[in-house]
Amino acid sequence: MAEKVLMKGNEAIGEAAIVAGCRHYFGYPITPQTELTEYMAKRMPLVNGVFLQAESEVAAINMVYGAAGAGARVMTSSSSPGFSLKQEGISYAAGAELPCVIVNVMRGGPGLGSIQPGQADYFQSTKGGGHGDYRNIVLAPNSVQELVDVTVLAFDLADQYRNPVLILGDGALGQMMEPVEFKASQSKAPEKPWAATGMKKRSQPNVINSLYLQPDALEKHNIRLQEKYSLIQKNEIRYEQLMTEDAELVLVAYGITSRIVRSAMEKARKNGMKVGLFRPISLWPFPEEALQRIASRVKMLLTVELSAGQMVEDVRLAANGQCPVYFFGRTGGIIPSPQAVYDQIVTTYKKGGK
Amino acid sequence: MAEVLFARPKALLDVPFHYCPGCHHGIIHRLVAEVIDELGVGEITIGVAPVGCSVLAYEYFNCDMLEAAHGRAPAVATGVKRVHPDAVVFTYQGDGDLAAIGCAEIVHAAARGEKITTVFVNNAIYGMTGGQMAPTTLIDQVTNTSPYGRKSAEAGLPIRMCEMLSTLDGAKYITRVAINNAVNMAKAKAAIKKAFELQLSGAGFSMVEVLSTCPTNWGMTPLEASDWLEKNMIPYYPLGVYKSPEGGSK
Ligand SMILES: Cc1ncc(C[n+]2csc(CCOP(=O)(O)OP(=O)(O)O)c2C)c(N)n1
Ligand code: SF4
Repeated sequence: MAEKVLMKGNEAIGEAAIVAGCRHYFGYPITPQTELTEYMAKRMPLVNGVFLQAESEVAAINMVYGAAGAGARVMTSSSSPGFSLKQEGISYAAGAELPCVIVNVMRGGPGLGSIQPGQADYFQSTKGGGHGDYRNIVLAPNSVQELVDVTVLAFDLADQYRNPVLILGDGALGQMMEPVEFKASQSKAPEKPWAATGMKKRSQPNVINSLYLQPDALEKHNIRLQEKYSLIQKNEIRYEQLMTEDAELVLVAYGITSRIVRSAMEKARKNGMKVGLFRPISLWPFPEEALQRIASRVKMLLTVELSAGQMVEDVRLAANGQCPVYFFGRTGGIIPSPQAVYDQIVTTYKKGGK
Repeated sequence: MAEVLFARPKALLDVPFHYCPGCHHGIIHRLVAEVIDELGVGEITIGVAPVGCSVLAYEYFNCDMLEAAHGRAPAVATGVKRVHPDAVVFTYQGDGDLAAIGCAEIVHAAARGEKITTVFVNNAIYGMTGGQMAPTTLIDQVTNTSPYGRKSAEAGLPIRMCEMLSTLDGAKYITRVAINNAVNMAKAKAAIKKAFELQLSGAGFSMVEVLSTCPTNWGMTPLEASDWLEKNMIPYYPLGVYKSPEGGSK
């Protein structure tokens, strides 16, 4: 077994990317993810990799576009305001079907907001964010170890589907230190015969492009993209459920919030309340069917987020009216205490369900 | 046997251009392709196309190409070059693309001394979107968004990119050429060739600004347009070498 090391979340992502074979990183500093950029600056030259501090997030994501188009495993990272600036490039990468990994260590918004943890980029990440009909695979880990595992997975999924993959963390996860283990990675980039590498002995040029001026051609491209997204929805759903079998109230939370909610759940159990936890790990594709099944047998769902209510919309869609869906959220970088969530559980119980 | 004196460059695919009659984009494509052939680098060349009239450049060049977002070609080319340091990487960009929306990307690619070559087509107007003002539009020049002529009080003065970029240490070869007559065309080709050669030697960033026409949006015949370029553009945008390893000639 590999040795456990104590690492900050942000740095663990960087090391995991290197383990996954990423040798190109383009970024721009922003709190609370800057340690990741700094880590790559330190580590990349030591593994014969490329670290480049771009002049902006716009440039960074376009460097990613170039490097991905040229066949490399490549990553960029940012936090909310910077992630907004990357949306143009992400839409182009999705259109040109370029595998790349984009990390967003979320903070409070809108605008400059704060540098405290937030989860209010959920809509932007899971519903497109940039222009056009496209989807990113969105993974939301809840521990430093899971940040590592999900980062390696992200590179594989990106290559497998030729699609951008987002890792959605938050300021708390990025900054916290936990013991992690880096397993020897089986991850390996496949051959990329489509990449722009110089023609060498190829007879036809490779073109990386998202422009289709003919309506028929663009519709065909979009239909093909949607078919790919359907396949991802079928194959790449990830979630965790705890004590949902006999639960009357199931909490729904992801990322750092799921850990607070878990403590509250344990207290509620001790006090005789039948409470469970459902944690989406893939936010897109959203584990809709699994949640639908839970909604069919529980009395109520309670979604907890560091936002004014974003994922709760997907939870309501999944519940599809089978049980009431309640919401509890804090913004501004305030992480509710387990006691606050526990109190919310008690209040929600009183409101009742079906 | 008959000797072939004139043929399509190998680095151009055998497809008709979509450019307007008399537009210089076609000529500039051909010059770039001839240079690629003469240097024998077609198999290691990777081009980055812009947004603008030359958005379809990837349909014409017989080399690997990437289509970039508006203005972002230098950043995309940076990503490509960092993956394939031995490739010849060039961007082909209009003046709206390079001097307006993509101004930061070109300045920083030059400042980093990114080992890429930029072919910068300055026609003093936005062609593709139908003739709006560009950062390079001349004072008093009428465009769809400067219908009373460009006024410096509102719109500022035209940007001279060669002058600006040649102040950056990372820029190794910065030159301005024109396509208005055969002599200048030959000079333009020599400049593009030198820029590619310098890239191959690993020198640093190179840019060839090509003054060119947009007869359609200028509302002129091709000949009138060439004349207008000579009389109006060259005095504001002087031709010559702004920076080279041997020093500038301006
Ligand atoms: C983000 C974005 N903004 C605006 C446009 C619209 N647009 C397309 S081409 C163009 C101007 C291009 O002009 P220039 O670079 O001078 O090239 P030319 O067409 O003259 O060759 C603009 C504004 C776009 N495609 N993307
Ligand atoms: S609009 Fe102008 S720049 Fe565009 S192809 Fe026509 S002449 Fe050339």
